[in-house]
Amino acid sequence: MNMIVTPASPATPNGTTRPQVRIVIVGHVDHGKSTLVGRLLHETGSLPDGKLEMLKAVSARRGMPFEWSFLLDALQTERDQGITIDTTQIRFRTNSRDIVLIDAPGHAEFLRNMITGASQADGAVLIIDALEGVRDQTRRHGYLLHLLGVKQVAVVVNKMDRVDFSAERFKEISDEISEHLQGLGVKPTAVIPISARDGDGVAERTARIGWYKGPTVVEALDGLEPARPLEALALRLPVQAIYKFDDRRIVAGRIESGSLVAGDEIVIMPAGKIARIKTVESWPVTPVAGRQGAGRSVGITLDRELFLERGDIIAHTNSAPRETRRLRARIFWLHDKPLAKGDQLLVRCGPKESRATVVAIEKAVDPGELSSVENKAIGRNHVGEIDISLSNPIATDPYTENPRTGRLVIEVSGRIAGGGLVLSVDAGQRAVPVDIVPVESALRPDERSARYRHNGAVVWLTGLPASGKSTLAKALERRLFSNGGSPILLDGDTLRAGLNSDLGFSTADRSENIRRLAEVATHLARNGHIAIVAAVSPAREDRATARRIADTSFREIHVATPAEICEERDPKGHYKKARAGTLASFTGILNDYETPQAAELVIDTSTRTVAEAADEIEQMLKTTGVLFDELVDLAANI
Amino acid sequence: MDHLDQLEAQSIYIFREAFARLKKIALLWSLGKDSNVMIWLARKAFFGRLPFPALHVDTGKKFPEMYRFRDHYGKEWDLDLRVEPCPPIDAVDPTLPPAARSAARKTEGLKMALGKYGFDGLIAGIRRDEEATRAKERVFSPRGLEGNWDVRDQPPEFWDHFNASPPQGAHLRIHPILHWTESDIWAYTKRENIPIIPLYLSQNGKRYRSLGDQDITNPVASNASNIDEILIELEQTKVPERSGRALDHETEDAFERLRVAGYL
Repeated sequence: MNMIVTPASPATPNGTTRPQVRIVIVGHVDHGKSTLVGRLLHETGSLPDGKLEMLKAVSARRGMPFEWSFLLDALQTERDQGITIDTTQIRFRTNSRDIVLIDAPGHAEFLRNMITGASQADGAVLIIDALEGVRDQTRRHGYLLHLLGVKQVAVVVNKMDRVDFSAERFKEISDEISEHLQGLGVKPTAVIPISARDGDGVAERTARIGWYKGPTVVEALDGLEPARPLEALALRLPVQAIYKFDDRRIVAGRIESGSLVAGDEIVIMPAGKIARIKTVESWPVTPVAGRQGAGRSVGITLDRELFLERGDIIAHTNSAPRETRRLRARIFWLHDKPLAKGDQLLVRCGPKESRATVVAIEKAVDPGELSSVENKAIGRNHVGEIDISLSNPIATDPYTENPRTGRLVIEVSGRIAGGGLVLSVDAGQRAVPVDIVPVESALRPDERSARYRHNGAVVWLTGLPASGKSTLAKALERRLFSNGGSPILLDGDTLRAGLNSDLGFSTADRSENIRRLAEVATHLARNGHIAIVAAVSPAREDRATARRIADTSFREIHVATPAEICEERDPKGHYKKARAGTLASFTGILNDYETPQAAELVIDTSTRTVAEAADEIEQMLKTTGVLFDELVDLAANI
Repeated sequence: MDHLDQLEAQSIYIFREAFARLKKIALLWSLGKDSNVMIWLARKAFFGRLPFPALHVDTGKKFPEMYRFRDHYGKEWDLDLRVEPCPPIDAVDPTLPPAARSAARKTEGLKMALGKYGFDGLIAGIRRDEEATRAKERVFSPRGLEGNWDVRDQPPEFWDHFNASPPQGAHLRIHPILHWTESDIWAYTKRENIPIIPLYLSQNGKRYRSLGDQDITNPVASNASNIDEILIELEQTKVPERSGRALDHETEDAFERLRVAGYL
């Protein structure tokens, strides 16, 4: 939240808009950070009336010399009593800029606060005590600025009075820090000798630093460039949700950058589907009109029915983000357990989430001891660069091109464990927007059904392991084939060996496994085959997804053999292993199987033969319009 | 975009995240100025309708004006309104000071409603600037199985990425107006012409800054009789917003104890 010291006015006296620059001041606690801030507020005429006098009186009453840092402390005290917040913004003005100073307080949880505060900064002031010189802490802060992609850094060498304003001492420090920063790819915009307490070098070049010819702190701040306004960047509208509360199908999300207006041609990434924005929606009480820019939470409708999902990114066709399954990121790690090569994670990039694997740790650093660079694991509160592969393609931008879409967070067990910036996405995968138009089969559905004497269908056998699904599926396959039909067996395990070999047994992986099974089966059904799926598919929600995908061709059969009989059979020895604790994520023992509530058919294989069960299924397929009886068959052939 | 536009867009973003990422949510409607703004924002987020229930945990001790407001706008805004009672005072921790104990009935009522409906997310209209323990809140704030808040172990939350996986049986509190101030609420209420309960406006030199139960809420001295005057008053006043809430002041940690136990 903002604490506004002077009312921030967006316009200069002659009516032009003043650029706003956001800066963060970093440096060791005793190197004079708050003194400099207090002095800056005073020198730029940003203090409320009477504040200075009040502080002088307070200092006199306590018998202490006046300290500029009291000013910030006093403001912080007010803040604590009034509006308490964890990062504060203080505003003041230079000749040509509105400066927003982001205070990133506290060094106990330094990294977390610094990241949160400085992640929004356009530039930074790095403060160094002239007596103490460049310390580990100074290097650490330099590294963190680099980590966050802050390129404009003004260095101030404070407490020059303590070294008798020695030009030699200043040069020593200046050389050392410049070399360090340049090693990180950061070129200091200025290195300024100051005494924050006395004011030398802050707003004026005093006689005591007469040898110094560079800018003052205020001049250096005045020269900082604001980040390109988000609105000037390419359009990025990550999809938060699709709403259908009435006859409108509204795509909702927040415009992270750029702008949009009805009529724009857009591309939906990563799929690359193209459409036009039909309308920008609102509600009658507060209608919106015209072009909508970065920061707005909007809802749009498209000129055609396309399948979109949460996490897709809408962009303009000529400036789409990159689509990738592989990216490099610079991250900070907050989790107790170090991040290591091979770790499975959940990555969130805006509303998009994808499972990911750490392919390589390219660099891992304790920002406190930069000397120990390693590449095995990134410890808690450490930083590093990693290479990750994603199980779903995502659309993203390198951080340098778009700070909003070029950042990600990492979740472990449902909790944010780290975050960072996208450095690069796998080259050569620049997505070319294409209009995806599914190619239809050369054959019409009725041509196939005339030959096979059935319609396409997805026959989904679900039940506990060893309930008899595969046996039944094979018997049904043989039966349908013998009658001239075109059945195809899709056994869960068989697909796990190939198509789904990248998936594990987490809840998310299991859902994806079922989704892919359902997609393949549905494709076969659409082309007239009867896809017989045999899969435990324990989660009701996953089966509901499968039904949604296959739509009216879905037939669910619950193979409801009692659990104790399944365990007794145990043809693959899975129950035994699970009981022994050597088979994790096994459905059956832990009882996480969710019984179907509205299956088209329920079969208990312990009370009937395989042939009887196949009869029942055949009958159900007849009564539900999949298999034609003779009469229908005749009609179809007339 | 001006300041209020930014606040609005941010709140809408939070509402949509909550709706997308949780299975069963409800919005807590206390009938006060903040939750009225909140309903307004939610209706904007979802293009005119609230696609989840509005829950009023009713102590039975609100002002008559508040009940009238609820009955009128519950209908006019087409809310799926669930009014849930609170247990009697004897059912509440007797070690709490009187006003806090009275307020704790609401925590119990809230827990009963949670148990009844199985919500995994509750949207609440608290703001950071109201009170120091609320300032420490996350936007998506996990609660334990007993509805309790562990202030020492809150998940990191940055860049508008929220933790939305409550443990089995627990729930999340979602705070879409955490980043607003009291002045923002009034400025927005004025801009959007959102209806208010007249108790907020001065009568005979007094008005309510914050509306709670009749027996534990007191008016403050004020001559502000319209929103413009309220905004001017807020710029000048040194009186904290919740000064009229008796429970905040009984003991130093009364409010913190309540909040850790699950109070809003």
